Amino acid sequence: MKEIVIQTEKLSKIFGDFHAVDGISFEVYKGEIFGFLGANGAGKTTAMRMLCGLSHPTSGKAMVAGFDVFKQTEKIKKNIGYMSQKFSLYDDLTILENLELFGGIYGMSRKEIREKSQSLIEKLGLENESKKLVGSLPLGWKQKLAFSVSIFHEPKIVFLDEPTGGVDPVTRRQFWDLIYDAAHRGITVFVTTHYMDEAEYCNRISMMVDGRIEALGSPSELKAQFHTDNMDEVFYQLARAAKRSDS
Amino acid sequence: MKQFFVFVRKEFYHVFRDKRTLFILFGMPVVQVLLFGFALTNEVKDSPVIVVDNAKDEASQAIIGKMYASHYFDIEKAPLSHNEILENFRDGKIKAAIIFPANFNADLSHTNKAQIQVITDASDPNTATTVLNYATSVIKSYQEELAQNTRIPYRISTEVRNIFNPQLKSEHNFVPGVMAMVLMLICVMMTAISIVREKEFGTMEILLVSPFKPILVVFAKLFPYLTLSMVNLVTILLMSVFVLGLPIKGSILLLVLLSMLFMVCCLSLGLLISNIAKSQQVAMLISLVGMLMPTMIFSGFMFPIENMPTLLQVISNIVPSKWYYTIVKFVMIKGLGFSSIWKEALILAGMTCVLFFVALKKFKIRLE
Repeated sequence: MKEIVIQTEKLSKIFGDFHAVDGISFEVYKGEIFGFLGANGAGKTTAMRMLCGLSHPTSGKAMVAGFDVFKQTEKIKKNIGYMSQKFSLYDDLTILENLELFGGIYGMSRKEIREKSQSLIEKLGLENESKKLVGSLPLGWKQKLAFSVSIFHEPKIVFLDEPTGGVDPVTRRQFWDLIYDAAHRGITVFVTTHYMDEAEYCNRISMMVDGRIEALGSPSELKAQFHTDNMDEVFYQLARAAKRSDS
Repeated sequence: MKQFFVFVRKEFYHVFRDKRTLFILFGMPVVQVLLFGFALTNEVKDSPVIVVDNAKDEASQAIIGKMYASHYFDIEKAPLSHNEILENFRDGKIKAAIIFPANFNADLSHTNKAQIQVITDASDPNTATTVLNYATSVIKSYQEELAQNTRIPYRISTEVRNIFNPQLKSEHNFVPGVMAMVLMLICVMMTAISIVREKEFGTMEILLVSPFKPILVVFAKLFPYLTLSMVNLVTILLMSVFVLGLPIKGSILLLVLLSMLFMVCCLSLGLLISNIAKSQQVAMLISLVGMLMPTMIFSGFMFPIENMPTLLQVISNIVPSKWYYTIVKFVMIKGLGFSSIWKEALILAGMTCVLFFVALKKFKIRLE
């Protein structure tokens, strides 16, 4: 029996008469890498924000890490990590200061922060940069660092909103190594992406079209379902039916 | 609580690592005090003046002597006719003419009344008024000297009283104005910019997803700017006392406490702006146009409010700087106590409370 960490039932977000998210239902299991795919404007980011407690759902049900997104957002926040598509560390703080800040915000003790920072910096090979301002690092490193910060407090689930935008393929590969590593430690990874090669790295993926989930399964299941051998084609077949494009 | 201090420390890092902004923050009050104190002064020194002494008696000589002694006039004595004087005015050679009638001393000692004619070039009304005031203050001081020697009250006409500022020192008016301006600028603009920057860079999103309470974000932001403003307040006061020689007549404690009230008021305004503005530039623009301009226009520091049309006078009442300016002027320059300014203080406190709570309420917890 797999442990469910995210469960939604007919979750919707309506702005006026625009159904940004239109009754989505799915489950995500512990330690899984769950890919959340869809064209621009399909409603991915809105759905993710509802799950993170950043946006209040219009209707439906959703439990994240065992807590209700309607009533227990504060508890959800303690148990999740989040990395947005914008690079989101403080450029004018050093690596160590960023770690201290975010560790502190999540209520980690000073000793814990020190020990974890040490091992993280060793793991990323940033010993010489730890006292440099984050703004001076190359983008690839910043991205890896931002991910490491988002799971620094050992959350149950980490939400990644297009984390690899604008990064070269080598760095992307390294980035996914970090994601695998986190999943092995039992952290559930919920990731949105545009890159279909990245979709292949996920355990299961959902395809969102016009606010609804049109397909859900492992990459091989989806390829079989759409009679093709690559994810690009799956995406293309689904996205072609979409009525709305870039919002 | 630990979370809070971690966050406050981060805010201080932001402030201290941005060397350029820091320089502006600390340099601005110094530059403004110096500029307003020495460059943009309304003081008129060494104005060319013609004195026509038809009396040539003891009293007229004494007054002319006093005028020489002051550094306000560059006096030329010449027995000119009325038309010749007019010509000098037309050519712009003189700012004023002072004419003593014949029998000046005789009039003064026999009838206790005497007149001096002062003609000014009113095409430049500011200078004209200032020169006139200088002249009358010199005459007045002579009058006071006479009064000391005898019981009979002598009267030399045109009486203009310059209470609180007998030397017409222009610094007196601008120090409270600079205080209002600097505090306004730092508190409003810096708070607004620093919050909007977090929105722009996407770090606000991270903070909102974290268990860190949004209200603590607000308080942590206010902390460094309150500290900076205090430093600036002290700088301005010290410069005012030691560079401009303008003592603080009233209670320093009262001045500092009410300044802090004004700072909180401005911080709330900054917070409100940060809710509206989408980018740092917009935040800056709103702060400058929406806050700094009204401070300059409506506080009474540059333009007297009493001379404005009624509508503008009414509008000036909603500008917090106006009340703060009045408070500082009363406490610092006139040396009045709380009993004289409680009304202004109460209005400012009321504004602060309303603004602060509206700002907190509006501060967006969720992203749209």
